[in-house]
Amino acid sequence: MAIRSVQNKRKTISFIALLLISILWLMPLVWGLATSFKTPQDISSNPTSLFPELWTLEHYQGLFSRPDTPVMRWMLNSFIIAGSYTVLYLIIVSFAAYAFSILKFKYRDQLFWIILSTTMIPTVINLVPLITMTIDLGWFGSWLSLIIPGLGGVFGMFLLRQFFLGIPYELVESAKIDGLNNFGIFVKIVMPLSKSAFLVAALFAFMGNWNDYLWPLIQFSGVDASMWTLPVGLSKIAGTYNYDYGLTMAAAILAIVPVVIVYALLQDKIIEGVARTGIK
Amino acid sequence: MQLSLEAKRRRTKRIIKDQMSAYAFLSPYLIIFSVFFIFPFFYGLVISFFDWNLFYPDETKFIGFDNYQRIWFESGGIYYRYFWSGLKNTLIFVVFSVPFLVLIPLILAALIDNEPKGYKIFRTILFMPTVLSISSVILIWKWQFYTNGGFINSVLLKLGLNEIPFLVSQPWAWISIIAVTIWWTMGTNMVILGAGLKNIDKTLYEAAAIDGASYIQTFKYITMPSLAPQMLIVMITTVLASFGVYGQPDLLTNGGPDFSTTVLMMRIRPLAFGTNANPGIATAMAVSMGMIMIVVSIIQARIIKRRGDA
Repeated sequence: MAIRSVQNKRKTISFIALLLISILWLMPLVWGLATSFKTPQDISSNPTSLFPELWTLEHYQGLFSRPDTPVMRWMLNSFIIAGSYTVLYLIIVSFAAYAFSILKFKYRDQLFWIILSTTMIPTVINLVPLITMTIDLGWFGSWLSLIIPGLGGVFGMFLLRQFFLGIPYELVESAKIDGLNNFGIFVKIVMPLSKSAFLVAALFAFMGNWNDYLWPLIQFSGVDASMWTLPVGLSKIAGTYNYDYGLTMAAAILAIVPVVIVYALLQDKIIEGVARTGIK
Repeated sequence: MQLSLEAKRRRTKRIIKDQMSAYAFLSPYLIIFSVFFIFPFFYGLVISFFDWNLFYPDETKFIGFDNYQRIWFESGGIYYRYFWSGLKNTLIFVVFSVPFLVLIPLILAALIDNEPKGYKIFRTILFMPTVLSISSVILIWKWQFYTNGGFINSVLLKLGLNEIPFLVSQPWAWISIIAVTIWWTMGTNMVILGAGLKNIDKTLYEAAAIDGASYIQTFKYITMPSLAPQMLIVMITTVLASFGVYGQPDLLTNGGPDFSTTVLMMRIRPLAFGTNANPGIATAMAVSMGMIMIVVSIIQARIIKRRGDA
C-alpha cells in the first residue's frame, strides 16, 4: 500500500538522521574519554585519534596525587550534600503533597494553586536576599546553605501530589474504617503505592542539587577547597589547568561516569518524569 | 438526614481534627517555602531600595528609587554600563539560542515519533547530556574549541582549512556558547515535545494522508495545534532559562572577548557578593531582569494561546 511504503521510507530516513546526530552527540564524550588515556605526546601529535597509541593512567594518577584537585573528596561532598538534601526533601514534600491531595482542609486547592503560581517568579530576585539570610543565620559557606533553602522546591511536591490524586479514595476510606490514623494511611497505603513517583521526585531532587553551580560557587568563595562540591571544584580545574588536556579530561570523565551509569540504569524513569512535566 | 446533636458534635470534632492533622503534614513545607521562597522575594524588593551594606548593617540607608535610577538612566555611570551591556548580551543569547533550543528538539522529537529501529536508544543518547553538570560539560567542550590542539581545529587543519579562534573572537564566541547550550540542554524539550507528539491521535494523520495533505500541511494543521500545550511550556521555560544563562559564558569564554559575552547574571553575581559588592544595585538589576522575564512570559502565553485556539 502507498501509505505503508511512505511510512517505511519515513522510518528509514528518521533512522539515518537519528544515527548521525547521535554519533555527533556522543563524539565529545568519546573523544574526551580517549584523550584521558593518552600520553601527553600522543595528545599533541594525534589530537583527533580516537584510540590512544599507548594507554596510560598518568592523568588519573596525577589528579589523585595533586593536593589542589581532590576530585574524589569533591565527589563525596557532593554525594553527602545531594543525598541529605534528597532525603529531607522527599519527607517534606511528600507530607505536603499528601495534605494537598488526600487530606481535606479549608482552601486546600486554592493554597496549592497559589504555591504553584509562585513558580512564575524569577528566582534571580531571591539571590541577594538568600546570601544575606545565610550570612545572618551563620550558614554562609557551610553545607547547610546548600541543603536547607532548596527544600521548598515546588516540582517534586507537584509531581507527588498529582500521583497521590490518582490513588483510589476507597483505599483510604477502608483504611480509616480499619482504624488507621492519617500518618498510618500515609505510611501503609500511600507510600507503597507511589514508589515510582517517589523515585522520579528523588532523581530530580538529587540531580538538581548535584549539578547546581552558581549558588555553591557563591557560598564557597572563601572556603577551603576540601569543602567544595564537584561542580565548583571542576570549574576551578577548568580555570587552573586550562591547557593540561589529559588532566582536565580525566577530571571530566571521573565526574561524568557515575552520573552516566545512574542515568543508564534509570533513564526510563528520568525520561518519563520529564515527559510528564509537559502533560497536565 | 437528621443528625442527633451528639453525632453532629462528633462530626465537627472530626473535621477539626482532620484539619489539624492536615496542617501538621503541611507545616514543614509551608515554613521552608515561606522562609526561603516567599520572604526572599519581598526582602529582595526591599533591598533594591537601599544602599545596602552586607557587613556593616549600620551603614545601610534607604535611598528610594536611586538604585533603579542609576542602572536605568544614569548614563556614564559604571552600573548603567554594566546593566545595559549585560542586558544586551543576555538578550543576544536569548534571541539566538531559543529558536534552536525549540526547533532542533522539535525536529528530533518528530524523527523519534516515527519510531524507527532503535528509537529508544537514540532518545537515551540525545537526552543524556542534560543530566551532566555545567562544569563537566564545559571541561569536555572547552578544548574542543581551543586553537592549540583542540579537537575541532585539529580536524579543520587536517582538512586543509584555517583554524578558527572560537572562544576569543566574535561571532564564534557566541556560536560556541550556543552550540554547547544546545548539546547540553535540548534533551528536556525533546522529551516534552515527544510526549506531546505521542499523544496526538494517529488516525488524524491517516485521514489527512487520504485527503492528500502534504507533510508540511499535516504538520501545520494537525501537529502544531495539538502541540500547543507542550509548546507553551517549552517556550516559556526555555526563554526563562536563557535569560538566566550564567555557567556557559562564565566558564567557556569568561565573558570575553572584550566583555561581549558578559551576560547580566555575570554582572549581578560580583555585585551580589564579594569585594565590589553592592547588593542594592545587584537586586535592582535582578528585579528589573525579573520584571522583563515576567512580561516576556505573559506575552508568549498570550500569543501561543491565541494560535492554539485558532
